[in-house]
Amino acid sequence: MFGTYLRRELINRRRQTIIIAIGMGLAIGLVILVNSFSAGVQNAQASVLQSVYGVGTDITISQAATPPTAGAAGGGGQGFNFGAGQGATSGGTTNLSQSRLTATRTQTVFADSQLATVKATSGVAAATGTLSLENTTFSGQIPGQAAGGTGGTGNRQGGTGTGTGTGTGGGSATGGADGAGGSAFNLDRFTVLGIDPAGDSVGPLSAVSLATGRLLTAADKGTDNAVLDSSYATSASLATGGTIAIAGTTFTIVGTVDSTSTDSATASNVYIPLDVAQTLSSNPGMLSNMYVTAASSSQVDQLAANLKTALPAATVDTQADLANTVSGSLSTASSLVANLGLWLSILVLAAAFLIAILFTISGVTRRTREFGTLKAIGWSNNRIVGQVAGESIVQGLIGGVLGIVIGVIGIIVINVISPTLSGSASTTGTGAGVAGAARRAAGAAGGAITGGGGEGGGFGQRGAGGGGFGAAAQATTNIALHAPFTIEVVLIAVGLAVLGGLLAGAIGGWRAARLRPAEALRSVG
Amino acid sequence: MPSEPVSESDVVMSQEQAILNSPTPGQGATNVYELVNVTKTYNATKRKVTALDNVTLSIPNGQMVAIQGPTGGGKSTLLQMLGALDRPTSGDVSLGSSLLSKLGDHKLAEIRAKEIGFVFQSFNLIPTLTALENVETALAPLHVSGAERRDRSQAALESVGLADRYTHLPAELSGGQQQRVAIARALVKSPDVLLADEPTGALDEGTRDEIMDLLEGFWREQGLTLVIVTHDSAVARRAERRLHIKAGKVRDA
Ligand SMILES: Nc1ncnc2c1ncn2[C@@H]1O[C@H](COP(=O)(O)OP(=O)(O)OP(=O)(O)O)[C@@H](O)[C@H]1O
Ligand SMILES: [Mg+2]
Repeated sequence: MFGTYLRRELINRRRQTIIIAIGMGLAIGLVILVNSFSAGVQNAQASVLQSVYGVGTDITISQAATPPTAGAAGGGGQGFNFGAGQGATSGGTTNLSQSRLTATRTQTVFADSQLATVKATSGVAAATGTLSLENTTFSGQIPGQAAGGTGGTGNRQGGTGTGTGTGTGGGSATGGADGAGGSAFNLDRFTVLGIDPAGDSVGPLSAVSLATGRLLTAADKGTDNAVLDSSYATSASLATGGTIAIAGTTFTIVGTVDSTSTDSATASNVYIPLDVAQTLSSNPGMLSNMYVTAASSSQVDQLAANLKTALPAATVDTQADLANTVSGSLSTASSLVANLGLWLSILVLAAAFLIAILFTISGVTRRTREFGTLKAIGWSNNRIVGQVAGESIVQGLIGGVLGIVIGVIGIIVINVISPTLSGSASTTGTGAGVAGAARRAAGAAGGAITGGGGEGGGFGQRGAGGGGFGAAAQATTNIALHAPFTIEVVLIAVGLAVLGGLLAGAIGGWRAARLRPAEALRSVG
Repeated sequence: MPSEPVSESDVVMSQEQAILNSPTPGQGATNVYELVNVTKTYNATKRKVTALDNVTLSIPNGQMVAIQGPTGGGKSTLLQMLGALDRPTSGDVSLGSSLLSKLGDHKLAEIRAKEIGFVFQSFNLIPTLTALENVETALAPLHVSGAERRDRSQAALESVGLADRYTHLPAELSGGQQQRVAIARALVKSPDVLLADEPTGALDEGTRDEIMDLLEGFWREQGLTLVIVTHDSAVARRAERRLHIKAGKVRDA
């Protein structure tokens, strides 16, 4: 009887069923869509972070370097000093070329001993240190007559570039502004990361997959072997088996790697053994970043606090902290979801529930005599309440199914359009060490960084000199947003549908229960 | 239960007179209804309405009673008391061995489901259910198997002459046919009493007589107690006993 009556009511009072189901369907569809979109954005954020910090890294440790005094030469800037007699001069033109490997702006903030401290902290499963370097090759020609006129000796003092280094990925280096009276200069930079060749279970290289050749192993310690990011290798026309010059030293390319996150590059252009990096850059026993895996994921926050105590001057970031540093359209999307999406779905859901409740109440009112009659012929209150609630729940469930359909269509549309979001893992201010790492990824992401190109006037080097401490260095990664469809989404839909149905059914049933059976005897209505 | 109530009408009448004059509750199986000092007041918006005023009344088992009276006199209110639809403000109403005026809602619903059949002036069929399903609603609270429910409902529809209308919706039936479905619904559970509030009030004269023939036929066959509220003297004249209610006071006509 229950089933027959229910079916007859839903079919014969089709309009009410359809309106309630569509209302619920739209709302649930929107919730599914927002939920899935948000999951997609989170995945994209994780992917950006992973490309920078590696897989399995729970905590990164960095430290802000003391900012160099503006204008102070040697404050970390990369100056190229060409002596008067330097360079090969032919036909009145002087050819200059110099390559140097320097620590990126954060400098070397940790000593090896501090890594030992980290490893000794309880709760640390694994820790590794890296040294972030940048290789800069400056080469160019100065026509004889222009040698003294523009740019002098080409000595650029990095300190003057303080704070101007806003890097945006994807461009090409605009070196060699031609205002220099026929001079032609070329500035070539790539990032180099010194890594512990034995310990790749944590840290930036854990987020890569081997493209060609091999990875660095413990046996590579002390050797001039390098692994390249495959996209950098392609753009620089380098390949496994070839060589690359770093700070005047020739390295053998033993392998190339891809980022495991499909849309982003790896953290650095070039990876070399840590000890070699320390020696070549004259930073013996120094590190710029440390990467830590916690023994238990539930203890990450506690561990971060412990590390903070152990290294008071350092900045200790957990993955959650880092997620907040992802900027760009990805962060716009994320806040869009968190704000507009959330409120919109709550609003629409509330509206749909209200519609369901109002329609159910008006339905019960319209059926006053019907329920009165059923009571008069012996139906108990429970049976009538159950009938009303059953109708509402089934209407809600139809809405839930409709919502899944609408949601899936929306998800498919998003995935077909596949909007490209750009995410930048950036740290401003304190997290300068991380910035260095992030910046390398930017370079790898397909273009050199153009930061304030040419503003120096002389040779058009970037203003992002060594003094650019605290500037936002960014790893811009373009990620095609993929909105996942999960079982969670179905559960949400069913849960909301049942909730809406129960709510409307409970209120409608309560109204029906209050009806007096004597209503059946009213001749009108 | 008298198998031939009409032939024993004299006995019944005298018995009933005795009961009216000296109403003693629980007098035995002979009276299906006993009402003692029943008063029902409604608190309308401005004033208190006394719909039943200290009514004492017995209805013997198997009697056919017509209730007449002016509009607003309290006919429907009395029927509500008899039908366990409402409790009196004061006084006692008993049906068989159940003291209706003291029972809770749940128990009253159970008694309505088992012992009381209702027929209404405006038929009150569930518009979305077919004729057969409408009849089945009466058996839904009675823990009857689906197959038995269907069989009994079909038999009931057949007995009111609607064997060919099982799958019709109420809107597809004439007024007389709808009232036949309602009668089948009231009788399918084999109730002890059948209460009808103006069962022919919405029907033309020809259909009225058909319906009355039908009700009277069942009353005779099944020996149930039949109480009919009516404005129509032609209907009232068929009853064994006529009660008149005016301003909440009941008297035998
Ligand atoms: N639910 C109620 N609330 C307030 N007053 C009521 C209610 N039901 C009935 N009454 C009043 O009680 C009195 C008796 O009503 P009742 O319905 O029993 O009359 P009736 O004899 O059936 O009249 P009719 O012939 O018009 O059907 C009337 O004055 C009516 O207004
Ligand atoms: Mg009435």
